Amino acid sequence: MSGKRQSAHPPYTYRDYKSSILRGPARDPVDLGELEAKQSSGAGVESRASLAGRFRPGELDHDLTRNARRGGEPLGERIVVSGRVLDESGSPIPDALIEIWQANAGGRYLHKADDHDAPIDPNFLGAGRNVTDREGRYRFLTIQPGAYPWKNHHNAWRPRHIHFSVIGESLAGRLVTQMYFPGDPLLDLDPIFHAVPAAARGRLIAHFDLGLTQPEFALGYHFDIVVAGSGATPRDDHGSGAG
Amino acid sequence: MSNEPCLLTPSQTVGPYFTLGLTPTRDETGFGPLITNEIRGDGEPITIRGKVFDGAGVPVNDAMLEIVQADGNGRLDAPEFPGFARAGTGEAADNSYTFKTVKPGPLGGDQAPYICMIVFMRGMLLHACTRIYFADESANPNDPVFSRLPADRRETLLARRVETADAVSYEFDIHMQGERETVFFSLADAI
Ligand SMILES: [Fe+3]
Repeated sequence: MSGKRQSAHPPYTYRDYKSSILRGPARDPVDLGELEAKQSSGAGVESRASLAGRFRPGELDHDLTRNARRGGEPLGERIVVSGRVLDESGSPIPDALIEIWQANAGGRYLHKADDHDAPIDPNFLGAGRNVTDREGRYRFLTIQPGAYPWKNHHNAWRPRHIHFSVIGESLAGRLVTQMYFPGDPLLDLDPIFHAVPAAARGRLIAHFDLGLTQPEFALGYHFDIVVAGSGATPRDDHGSGAG
Repeated sequence: MSNEPCLLTPSQTVGPYFTLGLTPTRDETGFGPLITNEIRGDGEPITIRGKVFDGAGVPVNDAMLEIVQADGNGRLDAPEFPGFARAGTGEAADNSYTFKTVKPGPLGGDQAPYICMIVFMRGMLLHACTRIYFADESANPNDPVFSRLPADRRETLLARRVETADAVSYEFDIHMQGERETVFFSLADAI
């Protein structure tokens, strides 16, 4: 494990995020690669399974402004969210499944566990999915999510965010994360965001992109996602290849 | 075109509302599950059932589990065999999860059959990977991974076979912490 990889992810338990204390594994994980390197039985399922290209979302699944209409349009500010899924060498990951979920414009999830006193939008489900194209590119049309309170500490509010799940070709690259918005004052106060090592936090914030912005229609945000590759030797251990 | 090296995107928790996007139930708007808790293919049909316990021994009601596996012939690339399924806890009254799948065959060499499982939940900032081995398999003691785990922790990866008149199921609980903490693996390239 190289330091670079270690430093990207938050720890399993983080004091200021209360529910992590009893839920994150207490012991260090066993390094599977190290165990497998000593054996002659060949690689295991983790490094051999390939999941890309196995999923076929529906035609409207990527458009959260239309995929749950019940006779009207969802309320709020329309936004385009787009970017690429890459591995650490910068190669695009095609056919990756991206699933997203989020609160509505008022900061309310359409979920039985959400008791925040903000209105439900009958025309907005807050869930979508898409697969990346040959260049690793994905695109969603959705509504700017609202901030919402949670009970982690007094007056705790989550910054506006969209949850992302990425299933690319390799299991090592399985990722669930959250995309935040630039300039959100709540970011400084959020323990979930702060659990990420300081140097890596900025990678969770989308960039406003006038190029993605559609005139008279929707603001554009750009969010690239970098996941671990398919078990290839890390580039930084071997210097720069012919790339 | 030359590619620039890129830095990994950090992981964040799935939070309490993941069912919305990851394990939705179909409503009248038509957005339903893309990935279910079922895998169909060659092999002995089995059910895998269990609970996820937190450090206080309380069953977690908002965990999401994913499994990845070979079919009954030990194949990962059989046509029409996704080898991938997902289930949440919190639907069942007792907070158990259920997978309906087929028993995997061994990949080859000394490997015993096993299923890879990925654990996500509110409160976990990063997912954790484990393996489900089958307690009734004689190949376990020779499996290159299983046999190299500390002897007193191997048992945490064993699913127990339960046979009824018309079905075969395996029970597999996950303990996040404590004396019986499940063995979790880092995939060298992931974490
Ligand atoms: Fe959220």
